Amino acid sequence: MKAIKNIGLVIFLVGLATFTVLPIIGTYRLDQNTFEEIIKDKNIKSDVFIQSINQNVIGKEFNGMLNLSPAITTALEDANTQHRKNKEYKKVIYTSGHDMAALVGKKSGTGFITENKGLMWFFTFGLGIIGALMFILPNIILLGKKGIKNDGIYHQSATNRGWIAWMVFIFLVSFYLVLYFRPEYAVNWTFLVDPISESLSGNPAGHWFVYGFMYCVVMTVMAVRMYIKYRHNVYQMVRTTSVLFFQIVFAFLIPEIMVRLQMPYYDFKNAFPLDYDFFFQWNLKSLLNSGGIGLFILVWGIVLTLVIVPVMVYFFGKRWYCSWVCGCGGLAETLGDPYRQHSSKSLFSWKVERWLIHGVLLFALIMTGMTLYSFFAESGTVLGIKTQSVQNAYSLLIGAIFAGVIGTGFYPIFGNRVWCRFGCPLAAYLGFVQRFKSRFRITTNGGQCISCGNCSTYCEQGIDVRAYAQKGENIIRSSCVGCGICSAVCPRGVLKLENGPEKGRINPTEVLLGNDVDLMQLVNKK
Amino acid sequence: MEHVLIIGNGISGITLARHIRKLSDKQITVVSSETDYFFSRTALMYVYMGHMKFEHTQPYENWFWKKNRIDLVKGYVQKVHTSDKKVELSNGAFITYDKLVIATGSKPNKFGWPGQDLKGVQGLYSKQDLDNLEKYAPNKKQCKRAVIVGGGLIGIEMAEMLRSREIPVTFLVRETSFWNGVLPAGESQMINEHIAEHHIDLRLNTNLKEILADENGQAKAVVTDKGDTIPCSLVGLTAGVTPNIDFLKDSKIEIGRGVKVNRFLETNISDVYAIGDCAEQHEAIGNRRPIEAVWYTGRMMGETLAQTICGNPMEYRPGHWFNSAKFLDIEYQTYGWVFSERNKKDHEEHFHWRHPKENICITVAYHKDTKKFLGINTFGIRMRHIMFDRWLTEERDIDYVMQHLKDANFDPEFYSHYEEQIILKYNSVMHTSLSVKKKSWKRIFSKA
Repeated sequence: MKAIKNIGLVIFLVGLATFTVLPIIGTYRLDQNTFEEIIKDKNIKSDVFIQSINQNVIGKEFNGMLNLSPAITTALEDANTQHRKNKEYKKVIYTSGHDMAALVGKKSGTGFITENKGLMWFFTFGLGIIGALMFILPNIILLGKKGIKNDGIYHQSATNRGWIAWMVFIFLVSFYLVLYFRPEYAVNWTFLVDPISESLSGNPAGHWFVYGFMYCVVMTVMAVRMYIKYRHNVYQMVRTTSVLFFQIVFAFLIPEIMVRLQMPYYDFKNAFPLDYDFFFQWNLKSLLNSGGIGLFILVWGIVLTLVIVPVMVYFFGKRWYCSWVCGCGGLAETLGDPYRQHSSKSLFSWKVERWLIHGVLLFALIMTGMTLYSFFAESGTVLGIKTQSVQNAYSLLIGAIFAGVIGTGFYPIFGNRVWCRFGCPLAAYLGFVQRFKSRFRITTNGGQCISCGNCSTYCEQGIDVRAYAQKGENIIRSSCVGCGICSAVCPRGVLKLENGPEKGRINPTEVLLGNDVDLMQLVNKK
Repeated sequence: MEHVLIIGNGISGITLARHIRKLSDKQITVVSSETDYFFSRTALMYVYMGHMKFEHTQPYENWFWKKNRIDLVKGYVQKVHTSDKKVELSNGAFITYDKLVIATGSKPNKFGWPGQDLKGVQGLYSKQDLDNLEKYAPNKKQCKRAVIVGGGLIGIEMAEMLRSREIPVTFLVRETSFWNGVLPAGESQMINEHIAEHHIDLRLNTNLKEILADENGQAKAVVTDKGDTIPCSLVGLTAGVTPNIDFLKDSKIEIGRGVKVNRFLETNISDVYAIGDCAEQHEAIGNRRPIEAVWYTGRMMGETLAQTICGNPMEYRPGHWFNSAKFLDIEYQTYGWVFSERNKKDHEEHFHWRHPKENICITVAYHKDTKKFLGINTFGIRMRHIMFDRWLTEERDIDYVMQHLKDANFDPEFYSHYEEQIILKYNSVMHTSLSVKKKSWKRIFSKA
């Protein structure tokens, strides 16, 4: 069994290594016709840029994106500089150099990778999946009887912030940096999933398709791990199935199929303000121009945020979204599960959390307010501030860096819910409802707590669960996503997630159950 | 300002300190030689098993104590001078007090076995025990086998710990079945089977005779009363605990096995109190033992004594008995009294149900004449404390309890429920035709 695991690990690492070198290998040769197409598609009017590409790129073979990318980005920057100097603003190209390089790379890729997409898929994704499953499946036997399986978590480098954790950290952060800021290096990855993308939407894959596909694959494989690890806990099994379903069907398949049907790309479960660009001008315009379905999406998006989300939180707590439906939550609960113990439980982090998450919510609301004002008033500025620059700032700082690079990249160091805990504006909104108007609570079972601290240690949201449990208080916290792990790891059966009447939900006690009844009455009366 | 000096920073002492601070402005000092800060003893096993780090066992952050003006002193009290109202530390320093509370807990029992003080022979109680375990049983290479002596809650925890590092474990238990002085036979049998499932070499009805030493003064084998010699590198002594009060022997404080206290937790000397594992009631409370080495009772004594010390004299009245434990993968809870066959009174009868496949069972004790509900043991099913506490206060009969079992279920959502199967068996054994009532939030929240 251990041998199978080790072989699996090697296979996985081979797949991962192949995947990792892909961005810097491959050959690119741009021909005249393809370039003409790009010029037409992108409506490029810069003669300087066209000339420069004609001279330096067309017909030449580039070995690896490291060579091609600078040729494109420098040409584009030089052209723009010149046009700006000559005040030829109509000739300025607004596509970024890296997006242009990605586009050129995608159209001009040639050689082994593009000719053997299926094979290359197998050597990356295929080996990764097979290896990971070989590593994970033997645990059905190796982990022994059902029960809590946290042995050795703090003895292992990967789960105790050792060197493996730091390697994973570097990999994840680099991966997100490429996705958001250097998409041209993702071009070879897109070739691998072209056949899948074409079968779904009819279009070749872009780097966001790679991300979406990979997201689903990673979640599925790691969900298998969850099923094995928590096979004694039905709540975890059902919840894992739910997040997996919503990711694959709602976040991945439906939007792609909608594109094939000439409809707008839309994830029906992604609620504003997590879906921060829902009210952006380009989106509203696209929805309004898409006929019935566009209008439906517009109404659905608004109803989802204003009615469905809060009503569901009232009945079930924010868990119905954060750990049953949401994609960010889904990744956190599968890929992130081995790192849940790293969230800080200090009072200081709680303070930081409240400032940050509510700050982001405020930022999102102000930005959206400006966006809507600009849309209806048809003005690019609000009180002299450019709406576009506020949107860009939000997209960069919150959308890309916070949610992506930090949110997932920091899993192995700061735990799996960094974004959900400190940044997600939707979580902040749901949190208000959960805290002040909800039937959800984690009930503390009388006086049974022994203060062992398993619950706090494994709370991914950094809630000091024990602080409540040892006082006999129910846990009512806006940040709780209801993952149910505190209840699972409790060795004394103290915690239960449940929905019940609002009366009696918050129960401040000074003396715990089990003590003399008069004493309880005395202290609770005061 | 009155100075309350507490010896011991375990759950009793710290609960007391916290509650005194809530109720008053008194000066509070806590002395301990074990650790700088309060930690949860019950979680030591999880540190060894790698579920947690030691700092996770500390329920309060380090700034908590200063902020709440609870002075912590690291030191070992070697003498108490009650006539001068001061204690003497092993470094020669003195601390004076107005009120003194002894909360020094327990130490593992040693019954005079030859070799009981060798290196690699230890209990599992203190932080030092954990450190020693890391030293003598860090992995299966250095520790080829461990022998655990004494079949109680700590013994099985220690076995689980060592197994988590794949160290072979032999488990010597004096009784004919695991913990059958406390558990009824059916439950004890289930645990026997579960111990075997975890590849622990359980030897029932076996006593320790002697521990043999190697040339370095470390344990190398144990000899049992069956004549077996079992080579091992570690011996765990887990045959119960005894109050840790040797330092009081020359004082005027009355001691028996523990520090003798009345219901107000006062000793024979005024302004001196004792709480937690080390306190011994003059007369046992109800079915309880005079010395209760249990987490919850330590906490409750702390809560009660805080009231007394802050001018609201209050007897220690612990209410209905409850407890919990975990036997490897099986969670155990108990509410009220369920006695083993060995200690059962004549009027106590049991209803027992066990799941045909899973490690799940319950035993309900009732009065055979009045059918009054006396208590319940559950294995693999979580129950709601507040419901059983109320039913015991209301003196419900067993029929009522069986019908309302769903109100008391505390398992996580989506778990299988067994109330129907349980009542089916109940009906067939008791010749009743009861049915289970639907769970009612109204009943759960109604005040008794």
